Amino acid sequence: MKKGLIIVVAALLPVLGWAAGGAPTYPDDDIDINWDDKASMQRGARTFVNYCMGCHAVGYSRYDRVGRDLGISDEQLLENLIFTTNKQGEQTKVGELMTINMNAEYAEQAFGIAPPDLSLIARSRGVDWLYNYLRGFYIDETRPFGLNNGVFPNVGMPHALVELQGLQAPKKVVKTNSEGKEEEVIVGYEIVKPGSQSKSEYDQTVYDLVAFLDYVSEPYRQTRHKVGTGVIIFLFFFLILTYFLKKEYWKDIH
Amino acid sequence: MSSEGVDNSRRRFLTAATVVVGAVGTVAVAVPFVKTWNPSARARSAGAPVEADISKMQLGQQVVFKWRGKPVWVVRRDQKALATLSMPKVLDNLRDASSDQSIQPDYAKNPQRSIKDEYFVVEGICTHLGCSPSYRPDMITADFEGGFYCPCHGSKFDFAGRVYSGVPAPTNLTVPPHYFINDGLILIGEDGVA
Amino acid sequence: MSENSSNNGLIGWIDARFPLTKMYEEHLSKYYAPKNFNFWYFFGSLALLVLVIQIVTGIFLTMHYKPDGELAFASVEYIARDVDWGWLMRYLHSTGASAFFVVVYLHMFRGLMYGSYQKPRELIWLFGMFIFLALMAEAFMGYLLPWGQMSYWGAQVIISLFGAIPVVGDELTLWIRGDFVISDATLNRFFALHVIAVPLVLLMLVVMHIIALHEVGSNNPDGIEIKKNKDANGIPLDGIPFHPYYSVKDIVGVVGFLILFSAVVFFTPEMGGYFLEYANFIPANPFKTPEHIAPVWYFTPFYAILRAVPDKLMGVIAMFAAIAVLFVLPWIDRGKVRSIRYRASSFKWLLVMLVVSFIGLGYLGAVPATETRTFFARLFSVGYFAFFVGIWWISKNENTKPVPERVQ
Repeated sequence: MKKGLIIVVAALLPVLGWAAGGAPTYPDDDIDINWDDKASMQRGARTFVNYCMGCHAVGYSRYDRVGRDLGISDEQLLENLIFTTNKQGEQTKVGELMTINMNAEYAEQAFGIAPPDLSLIARSRGVDWLYNYLRGFYIDETRPFGLNNGVFPNVGMPHALVELQGLQAPKKVVKTNSEGKEEEVIVGYEIVKPGSQSKSEYDQTVYDLVAFLDYVSEPYRQTRHKVGTGVIIFLFFFLILTYFLKKEYWKDIH
Repeated sequence: MSSEGVDNSRRRFLTAATVVVGAVGTVAVAVPFVKTWNPSARARSAGAPVEADISKMQLGQQVVFKWRGKPVWVVRRDQKALATLSMPKVLDNLRDASSDQSIQPDYAKNPQRSIKDEYFVVEGICTHLGCSPSYRPDMITADFEGGFYCPCHGSKFDFAGRVYSGVPAPTNLTVPPHYFINDGLILIGEDGVA
Repeated sequence: MSENSSNNGLIGWIDARFPLTKMYEEHLSKYYAPKNFNFWYFFGSLALLVLVIQIVTGIFLTMHYKPDGELAFASVEYIARDVDWGWLMRYLHSTGASAFFVVVYLHMFRGLMYGSYQKPRELIWLFGMFIFLALMAEAFMGYLLPWGQMSYWGAQVIISLFGAIPVVGDELTLWIRGDFVISDATLNRFFALHVIAVPLVLLMLVVMHIIALHEVGSNNPDGIEIKKNKDANGIPLDGIPFHPYYSVKDIVGVVGFLILFSAVVFFTPEMGGYFLEYANFIPANPFKTPEHIAPVWYFTPFYAILRAVPDKLMGVIAMFAAIAVLFVLPWIDRGKVRSIRYRASSFKWLLVMLVVSFIGLGYLGAVPATETRTFFARLFSVGYFAFFVGIWWISKNENTKPVPERVQ
């Protein structure tokens, strides 16, 4: 049996070895979100409602849930996070969904595509992608808003955080790609017009924002881990018990 | 197969322990399933307390608000209506004049069944079979001094929602939790902070 | 059945009206199973466990899910976020779907290794194959319900396969969808089939699978017929009552399985994008195909065979043939010896080839096709079918080892 397993693995090695090579993107950093850092997520939530929520909803999420999970009181929510209103112009209640009133048709005209709901963006795109994307806008006069993106080429979205980051120009070099063709590749950026934040401050802002989006993509994640730990400990205990039960009965069998 | 040398007590203990632990596990698994039937966050949000603006209410006027899908009335009672609450003709005919059998917060367990005499907050659902009674301040008959009348089965209630005897409704109309945010604003659905 | 089963009291009262004790004895306390079951024999009872998990969690999900093109995606998020413990129902069900295929594939592999499909167990195998087929239909239709991009485009691709059928193909796909594209109509009928029609068929097949098994008795790792050696009371010498011996053993398997299952449910429900695909967190959009469409992992081996064939109709035929050929395995294998332990080494090599091909195809079906990959997909497809040809070939005059009289 073991020999068979080794043969199976050996025969599959060449298949598993092929890595899919995508087009190069810049920046290309990896981040780990600290799910216990509520302060970071609170800052991210504030950035989100101030800079993103004009166009993007997180429409499967409720304000009071965010408040409970991130340690924000109802009063603070109403004062600092809830800027949306209902059709009568009254402020959205804390228990309601974090939707927006933007007209989808208008949005499609303005940006070519209706800005998507971001409730699940961290699960569909991944946090690394978001972190790089939001730091990857660069000057490109050929684009309608004068900006392009190193991670999402020809993106329709304007740079919502430009007043924080400022404007950056790409540093490009010519490289030969895998098909033997020469192409320009971005290897770095240079701030040409500073924003209100330094580079490290801006990185932190984006990190916080991504942490919030990550949280909001699965707000029950920490409950899941907590319950799961208990369940597995219980099952291990039960496994030991049933193992001894089995052994006891199987003493009969010779 | 042989049963020689079988330690029966050990076997019984292990079997019992497995059954007990298994049962505990099964019950623990059942809990989340049962709890999925609780009102969801959406239902709770829709059932959140509602603000009732009473600043423009006239004396004798009734305004209907919606809370948790149910009609909640605010009635601004005039002196005449309040006076009926202590008339013998009314009191002697009430089934539960002191509201002992009925549902209301403690702060509304008084003859007026309200926080402020003038403003009466009550759920507009007949305690008989759930019809919505109508506000009939002028319906004065030999045995009725005005109040609320349920068209379904003829149940009658006085201006404090107290049920008359001899009608099908068993108890007084239910007073929901509420408190005054200020003189012109009531929050229906939540007890005031003590 | 026997004298002592005529109990008094409640049991006796029931027994006079319903064969409770008789069934209990037939299927549990006096069902004699070979005493040499090994690890591979856990997967039958585990499949039953997963079936129960799926039915129960499925029922609770339908209490909140909306089978409506406008509401379906949001209702799944509503379940996960707004319903108390809804996230658990959802992950149990989504993980359960994959777990079902894990245990069923291992269960089938066990059957291949020990010749459990051979005479007189052909019908058990056939019922099992129908269960597999129903399970694939169930999983496919269930996967449309979250109404994400992968749900939508996966269904689009698979339903299009029927378009390859000559003459009626286009009409057929239109009929299946009930619209010119996958739409609300498709979602609604898939919902009905997924929650009631197919589960009923599945349950019925499972009952038949077990009845057939208990009629002929279980095979075992030695492939020996234990009924050949009975004691004076007619009880197989190498048999032990299913209850308590295998019931207590299966509980250990169940708990062990639940540990692994919980690890996925609670700590990695997406399983790296294999159990819940990342693109399925984007609502279905009929105007935008995701860059890379891959079916869920349990379909990828067959999907890879489909892609390996350059012709559309032939590809569809090859894919269905890959499943159909399993049905006739009991008649392809002409061998007299069941277990891999006593079969010719050529059988072992064929089985290794099948496993390599199947896993290889599974990987290739999950990644975008390139030239090299297509080459390997073709190689593995040939390997897959070559197993069945090879079995037919070698089993005619197989050089087997002597099979012992009694289990080891």
